[in-house]
Amino acid sequence: MQRIGDAPALRRLLIGAAVALSALFLLLPLVAIFAQAFSQGLATFWVNVSDTYTLAAIGLTLFITALTIPINLVFGVMLAWLVTRFTFPGRRLLQTLIDIPFAISPVVAGLVYLLLYGRNGWLGGWLDAHDIQLMFAWPGILMVTVFVTCPFVARELIPLMQAQGSREEEAAVTLGASGFTLFRRVTLPNIRWALLYGVILTNARAVGEFGAVSVVSGAIRGETNTLPLHVELLYQDYNTVGAFASAALLALIALFTLAAKAGLEWRAARREALA
Amino acid sequence: MSIRLENIAKHYGPRARALSPIDLEIREGELIGLLGPSGSGKTTLLRIMAGLEAPDPAPAGRIQFGERDVTRVHVRDRRIGFVFQHYALFRHMSVYDNVAFGLTVLPRRERPSSGEIRARVHRLLEMVQLEQLATRYPAQLSGGQQQRVSLARALALRPEVLLLDEPFGALDAKVRQELRRWLRHLHDELGFTSVFVTHDQEEALELSDRVAVMSNGRIEQIDTPEALYRAPANRFVFEFLGDVNHLEGEVREGVLTCGEARLAVALPDGAAELLMRPHELALAQAPSAEAHLPMTVTAVSPVGAEVRVELAADWLAKPWLATVRHTDFEHLALARGKRLYALPRRWHRFDDDGARPTARPSLATTG
Repeated sequence: MQRIGDAPALRRLLIGAAVALSALFLLLPLVAIFAQAFSQGLATFWVNVSDTYTLAAIGLTLFITALTIPINLVFGVMLAWLVTRFTFPGRRLLQTLIDIPFAISPVVAGLVYLLLYGRNGWLGGWLDAHDIQLMFAWPGILMVTVFVTCPFVARELIPLMQAQGSREEEAAVTLGASGFTLFRRVTLPNIRWALLYGVILTNARAVGEFGAVSVVSGAIRGETNTLPLHVELLYQDYNTVGAFASAALLALIALFTLAAKAGLEWRAARREALA
Repeated sequence: MSIRLENIAKHYGPRARALSPIDLEIREGELIGLLGPSGSGKTTLLRIMAGLEAPDPAPAGRIQFGERDVTRVHVRDRRIGFVFQHYALFRHMSVYDNVAFGLTVLPRRERPSSGEIRARVHRLLEMVQLEQLATRYPAQLSGGQQQRVSLARALALRPEVLLLDEPFGALDAKVRQELRRWLRHLHDELGFTSVFVTHDQEEALELSDRVAVMSNGRIEQIDTPEALYRAPANRFVFEFLGDVNHLEGEVREGVLTCGEARLAVALPDGAAELLMRPHELALAQAPSAEAHLPMTVTAVSPVGAEVRVELAADWLAKPWLATVRHTDFEHLALARGKRLYALPRRWHRFDDDGARPTARPSLATTG
């Protein structure tokens, strides 16, 4: 007896096709980035990377990411806690609302923020009168980045917390644990891997976000230019090597993130095997 | 510590009534079983006692532990031990840390020294015979072991009230028996007041000092196991506490008729339904003067102290069950397909609304 889909020829064909397509669409572009970045030698690469504007773009990107992650961490945990531990009218609606950033195009998100908070926007007049500038400044970039990344942590936590249920938390309360102790000693250890996973995804997206940021940033070199925007600017300046050098940096961050994710998954699998 | 509930009701939403207003008094040191089918409100009642669920605010009810009114006291301050159906052990903590949890989260002023915590946890683990598994994680234990950890954890703070939600429900029959006996022993030794929820009548009757039989959010009857079995307050209690055989028919001039079946009864004319326990039936080769109930054996199970015999007949909607002694079993040469006669020794009858028995005479039998 042969299992369905177990014909050796068919299997080889499928595996071969999968490997070929992955190489063509995933691996080759990655290789090309680094090939281009280093095409004129390490020295040129270094000159491009240590350019003032590039350094400023790296700094801004890391700054925005460093703020986005804690904001979404707290927001995501609170949201997941809310929808999995309480029943209230509008709970389903809230769960749907979480997905809005996934559903709409980032460019649209950027435009909406511009419409709301820009100088001629609904709240823009008031903000202007109080001398607060959100759009075309880093707060605007932070706002749209938080917007596009806010589902990641919550979406990782909700199914897990739903599956785990609240019995352990109830047990902790009957044993006298206060709310904070309960969270720290029972809830958090149970969700920590999902939480880290959510953070990794948030990080990847916050670093790489282009569409929404490009609308609200204004791409002022050295001020509101993030790394992805910087790549585009350099490319439009016909500085191919510079563009690819910055792109290589982004790719490196992405690879590092992927490695962290793979490491976490490996750990999770090992824990499962032990348990 | 005694527990006293007054006028405790619970609704989930305006239509979904989980508990009708309930009064219940549990004496100090008692072991009470809350018995009922699923959806009868027994777990809700237990969780309200624990404080995991709030009773309806109006009409105002009252929950008292001893002299202390705990109606508005938070779970964490009620000082109860709670054992969950599926153990609810902290999965990322070792057995030791699970048991120690309650002690380590005490406010600093009340918390014992770390040395004393260690000694107490080890005493508890010794008591539940799990000392050698202290460093294991819950996922590495069997169901019975997990439930013992969960008991030790609940007892770590020396609660005077122990509440258990279907504590043995997820265990296999043999482990369940063992843990049941062990819980009874622990209860007697440590002298706390216990309330446990179960849907298993045998478990409730064997383990409890008194059993509260619940259905549809009400307590139908609360009594000692013996009183419940001998004098059920209504039809629900009677039917829930064991196997029941039904006989429905028309009574005319002291004889109940149902198809070809006849039974002499001292009842007024009209429709009547009689209920009988399996052990209240005798089996014989020939009918008696009072009873003519021809039946066919459809199944025989000779396992245990008695032989269980399933009986069917054209005039019966649902097959009957009879338990007979092994000697009778051999004497009658019982086998599938054998035709014989049932002779009721005793029967019960309840009013149409299911409340209180109207008659339960004994019938002399020739079997």
